[in-house]
Amino acid sequence: MQTLTQRLANPTRFMELSARLLPWISAAAAILLAVGLYLAFFASPADYQQGETVRIMYIHVPCAWLSMMVYGLIALSSFGLLVFRHPLADVSAKAAAPLGAAFTFLALLTGSLWGKPMWGTYWVWDARLTSVLILFFLYLGLIALRSALEDEGAAAKLTAILALVGVTILPIIKFSVDWWNTLHQPSTDFTSTVDPSMRLPLLVMAIAFTLLFFAMHLKAMRNEILRRRVKALRTQAVAGRDRLATQGAAE
Amino acid sequence: MDLGPHAAFIWISYAAVTVTVTGLILWLIADGRKQAADLDALERQGIKRRSAAGVK
Repeated sequence: MQTLTQRLANPTRFMELSARLLPWISAAAAILLAVGLYLAFFASPADYQQGETVRIMYIHVPCAWLSMMVYGLIALSSFGLLVFRHPLADVSAKAAAPLGAAFTFLALLTGSLWGKPMWGTYWVWDARLTSVLILFFLYLGLIALRSALEDEGAAAKLTAILALVGVTILPIIKFSVDWWNTLHQPSTDFTSTVDPSMRLPLLVMAIAFTLLFFAMHLKAMRNEILRRRVKALRTQAVAGRDRLATQGAAE
Repeated sequence: MDLGPHAAFIWISYAAVTVTVTGLILWLIADGRKQAADLDALERQGIKRRSAAGVK
């Protein structure tokens, strides 16, 4: 019996399945985002210490969560490419990189805008902030390395190796607030560190952002599969023309 | 809605997320359309994939 990943190894089957899933995931993300924004602005209180500024948390935490989850997905896809040579693994890794970079950028930006009124500064070179900045540079490195190489096979393998080496940044980010003294608060624990009145909007927004990412990732993967088909057809057309030209010259 | 003395930080944060995410979505849609149009153009010229099953 085929596993799900084996069934999805056929890009045509993936295109069929993703075409059916995409509208549902997008709609679920849109509805949850609307509910989350309502809860974040109208149904949750200001924090007793941070005041209204706490509302930045409802977008900062989901972006920060996605910045790490997306890198984890890229690392998993890279492993799938290097070890199992799964045909869609590289498509997944390539499609996820710009999205991960965008969410990491937003985590840094919203964190900075939250930090100024709370800490009195936009930026400090502490362990959490610096390690997330390194993660952002890693994303940019993955994108740059891939675009620097013309041979797609080599680019896929080298990018996968860099992604797997870079995965060591994830535990450093996660535990940086425990290992070192930082201005950043400890990791958010949904069960104890967040008041129930703020937990629900945060949870809804985190799920909404995650669905939003998966919808965008599916769309980006579909685009990448189409791009590879276009490239293959162009190569086929050029090869056909060359063959005809050679035959014509021989006659 | 009164968001207090730090309202600008809150609005800029939400605006940045809205602009970035909307930009990503528009880019993905435009890229998808471009790839589909390129594929259609090639297939109209008679260049077809061996396994073309009409799925795009």
